Amino acid sequence: MVDKAKFARQFIEAIPHSRALGMRLTDIGNGSAEITMEYDERFVGDPKTGVIHGGAVSALMDTCCGAAVMSHPDAPAGTATIDLRIDYMRAATPGQAITTRATCYHITRSVAFVRATATDENSDTPVATASGAFTVEGR
Amino acid sequence: MTRPQPEPVQVVKQRRDAALKALVDAVPYINYLGVQFDRRGDELTAVLPFDEKLIGNPLLPAIHGGVTAAFLEITSVITLSWAYLWEDIESGAIDPDAMAAGNLPRLPKTIDFTVDYLRSGLPRDAYARAVVSRSGRRYASVHVEAWQDHVSKRFAQATGHFLMPRDKA
Repeated sequence: MVDKAKFARQFIEAIPHSRALGMRLTDIGNGSAEITMEYDERFVGDPKTGVIHGGAVSALMDTCCGAAVMSHPDAPAGTATIDLRIDYMRAATPGQAITTRATCYHITRSVAFVRATATDENSDTPVATASGAFTVEGR
Repeated sequence: MTRPQPEPVQVVKQRRDAALKALVDAVPYINYLGVQFDRRGDELTAVLPFDEKLIGNPLLPAIHGGVTAAFLEITSVITLSWAYLWEDIESGAIDPDAMAAGNLPRLPKTIDFTVDYLRSGLPRDAYARAVVSRSGRRYASVHVEAWQDHVSKRFAQATGHFLMPRDKA
C-alpha cells in the first residue's frame, strides 16, 4: 500500500503540467489525495479582480482526481479521465492558495468514480466541487 | 437617392481584430497556455500550439486533461463574450482601444463545466470551436468541441453554463 502511494506520488510529481502550475501533493493513499496550488498572477482569469481562471482550477481538480484513483488499493496502474464535471460555487480569494481533496469512492474492474472539493484559505465554503469517471488501466 | 457608403474593409477588420485581441490579451491564463484565436467574420477558432509544459502523461505522451479542460473553457468563455459584445463593438458603443487600456466590460462567469474526454490529446497543436446553444438575459449554455489532425475526430468536447453580467459597464 505504501508502495502504491509512493508510485502515485512519483507519477504525479513527474507530470510537466502539474509542475508548471506549481502543484504540491500534500497527502495521498487509499483512494484519496490532496493537492495544493499556490496563487500565481500568471493563472488569473479575471484581470479586474485577480481571480484565478476556472481552467487552472480544472487542471488542479483533474490531477487530484487522477492521483486519488492511482492510490486506490484496487487500481492496478494508470488512469485517464473519461469525464469530469466541475461546479464553480464562488470566486477563489485572490492571493490565496487553492487546495483540492479528491476521493475515489467506488471502483470497478474498468471504471473509477471520483469526487473532489476545492477550497481556498477560508475553507468553510468550497470554491468548487467536481465529480468524474476515470478509466482503470492495466488489468 | 444616395445610399450610405459601406465601411472600408480595413476599418471593419481593424476594429474587430483590435477588440478580439484586447479581450484575449486581458486574461493572463490564456497567454500562459498560449491559446490564440483565429477570426472569420464573427466565427472564432481557438488554437492551442503544443508545448512541453502542457504534457500530462509523460509515458504516452499526452496533453494534460486539465489543459484540455482549460482550453475548452477558454474557448467557451471567449466565444460567448464575443457574441455578447459583438453588437456593441460594431456600433462603436465599446471602444477597442479602451478595452486594450484595461477598461474591459464585465464578462460571463462559469457556473459549471462538463468535459468528455474522447481520446488522448496528442503532442501537437489543438483546435476548438464553441457554439452558444442559448444565451438568455441571465444564463447561457455553450457547447464546445476540440480536435487535432481531423476535425471529424474530436479528442474532447464539453458543455458549460454561464452566468451573464447584469450590465455591460
